Amino acid sequence: MYRLFVSLTILIFAASTAAAGTSAPKELKDLYFGEALYCAFQGDWFDAVARLDTELEQHYGLDEPRRDSLYYHINQAEFAVGDFELAYRMHRRAGRAITAVIEGNVREQVRNEAIFRLARIYFQKDQPINALYAVERTRGVVPPQIHDDLGFLRAQIFMANGRFTEAARILRDLQDAESLEGFSTYNLGVALLKDGKELKGRQYLDLAGRINGSDALTMAIKDKSNLVLGSKLLKEKNFEGVKQVLDRVHLKSPFSNRALLGSGWADAFQGRFERALVPWSVLVTREVTDASVQEAMLAVPYAYGKLDVHSKAAVMYGKALEKFGTEIDKLGASIKSIREGYFLRALAREELKQDANWVVKLRKLPQTPETYYLLELMASHDFQESLKNYLDLEELRKKLETWEGDLDAFEEIIEQRRAYYQPRLPAIDGKFRRLDSLMRLRLEQRNRIEQRLKAMLVVPRPDYLATAKERIISEQIVQLEQKLTAKSSTTPSSINDRIKRLRGVLHWNIYTDYDRRFTEAYKHLRDLNQVVDRLKRQYAAFVRTRQAATQSYEGYDEVIRRQRFLILEAREKVGELMARQGHMLETMAANELTRRRERLSELQIKARFGMAESYDRAIRAQTQEKVSP
Amino acid sequence: MLRWLRGVILGISVLVLSFAAHAQEVSREQIKGLDEQVQEIKSDVLGIAAELNQLEEKLLYPSNTQVAIFVSLASGETFRLDSVEIQLDGKPVAHHLYTFKELEALQKGGVQRIYAGNIRTGEHDLQVSVIGKPLGGADFRNTKSFKVNKDVGPKIVEISLAAQSITFKDR
Repeated sequence: MYRLFVSLTILIFAASTAAAGTSAPKELKDLYFGEALYCAFQGDWFDAVARLDTELEQHYGLDEPRRDSLYYHINQAEFAVGDFELAYRMHRRAGRAITAVIEGNVREQVRNEAIFRLARIYFQKDQPINALYAVERTRGVVPPQIHDDLGFLRAQIFMANGRFTEAARILRDLQDAESLEGFSTYNLGVALLKDGKELKGRQYLDLAGRINGSDALTMAIKDKSNLVLGSKLLKEKNFEGVKQVLDRVHLKSPFSNRALLGSGWADAFQGRFERALVPWSVLVTREVTDASVQEAMLAVPYAYGKLDVHSKAAVMYGKALEKFGTEIDKLGASIKSIREGYFLRALAREELKQDANWVVKLRKLPQTPETYYLLELMASHDFQESLKNYLDLEELRKKLETWEGDLDAFEEIIEQRRAYYQPRLPAIDGKFRRLDSLMRLRLEQRNRIEQRLKAMLVVPRPDYLATAKERIISEQIVQLEQKLTAKSSTTPSSINDRIKRLRGVLHWNIYTDYDRRFTEAYKHLRDLNQVVDRLKRQYAAFVRTRQAATQSYEGYDEVIRRQRFLILEAREKVGELMARQGHMLETMAANELTRRRERLSELQIKARFGMAESYDRAIRAQTQEKVSP
Repeated sequence: MLRWLRGVILGISVLVLSFAAHAQEVSREQIKGLDEQVQEIKSDVLGIAAELNQLEEKLLYPSNTQVAIFVSLASGETFRLDSVEIQLDGKPVAHHLYTFKELEALQKGGVQRIYAGNIRTGEHDLQVSVIGKPLGGADFRNTKSFKVNKDVGPKIVEISLAAQSITFKDR
């Protein structure tokens, strides 16, 4: 039974698939872009958008975006974010992102691809005029990989705007497009019919109904074409034509129930009730929840009645009545289960994400509604979109709940850091200030030495390079001279000579050793530079660590408070939207089940009349048999 | 009975021509209006996520100590990756078992951030252990060691995996 669901879903979404077509660049330069792709390739659209948004924001916030690794992928990233948003069903944001690409300075092919995507968004969101406006902006070269899809989309947009002649012209040109096999022919048939070209339209529907292909998509469009054409012929009472067309529908196809029912009626209308019984007898053995099967449960006894087998007809009406009763009870219980919230709870189960057909299997859960009655509804675009929205909201709810817990953890971390650092930092800062002033002093000294050495390259000053011992000796000589002068007596010349000699030796040593000393001083300065560099690195490391210590617990209060407020606000909004979206899903499902129950009640009445009439006729026939000799 | 017959035929046509007809009992405007509000709240929550990401990064992985290790598959690799284990300075910091979806995402060119953490500036030992199975081959276990030099800024490391090799890329 789930084939029906799958096929319907395929048909509805196939030609307008919004799956993100982003692929990874050949050479990935930006790993964070790669991470966003990693999320997207797993269908984790929220994280993909969140990560790529953050990357793009950081990229554009840079002073020199050209030096950022994302710069190499920026066009692709801009496209990708639109794709991801589209896949996450954020059409408005995706539209804005793609419009930004269109209005940016991009190549013609890139622009046309962006226009294609934008037009597709508008078309999917039921905005055919905007879609038309967008698609008409394509100019020049279209990328070959989207050439056919663009044409097909343009045709669909024309059809949605009632411009069937133009749509038909485009679709005619697409008849050879392999990727659109069946779809282009079927749509051409429909466009021609809507354009009043009945004969041509039927020819193309007939053509679409004859295509060969074994994949699910081709089979589905082929069967749909045959069913549409068959129904048209049935309304016009072209019964032979109906038989030919509907008999082409594959027996295992999800559309085969309707085809079998229609095929039977084509025979019945011609009074060929034995032949009508062939498809109908096959049909009544199928899943009872199907509307065509239910119709057939009345059609079969009706045919037997026409063949004057009234007793069998009466028995079969009775069986139908019994089954209808069971189904009506089942539907009543299902509606009750929906109203009690079991349906929504089942829809939000984790299994849904693991198995695409889980919705079909919901019926196996206790207290959940009979989902076989809901298959067509659940495969419809509106229900699917509403369901996805509901599941997205549920995902958001869980995220917001987790984030609130994260904020609690962040606050605890901050408190622990504050408790650790705050008492220690004043002492550390005091010690650092002392070391800092010492460092500054030493650095000033070093700078002075450097300046002096540089000056000495121009004006040599050997006295600057006198050793400590030489300076002491020089001082002692000066003191001796002062003492001798103070005594004011005439100093013996021998002493004066000795003092002069000493000064001469000192001078000699300082001046003759100057070059060596000067080289030595430069070497020492170089060694000192290395030490100073190490000191500066340590200083910078300390400053960073010191800043990091403060930053690890300060300045978060306002951000966290704001986040809490936003999360709270978002949670309230998500809760409210979930309730509304859930109610909408419940209403859709309950309405569908009610409609089916009403239909079954009508059939039940018909079955009752049919049964009574058949019994009457059977009794009358028996009486006549007894009367006649 | 003929009226019923006509009803049946009409019923078939309606069923065939419009799959989405039932959903319209809830008005299209209601669906659209709600959808737009859902899009708005998604946008709001994405905004919160972006701010939280920044807050988390600033609070838990400050740039001067931040290290991020990414795992990618070498181009064209088709081997089945079962698990990756990362050890930093002899301590296991990340261990990941791959699902089919994750493996497929890597094969398509996605990159997984397997570890984000904090280390001091200087040289660190990084050990990567991979368990996998090549197409038609036997299970293998491959371990390789590398040196990571942490500087002042955030450290980003890419580990590119192939059936026969583990390549270290300093980013």
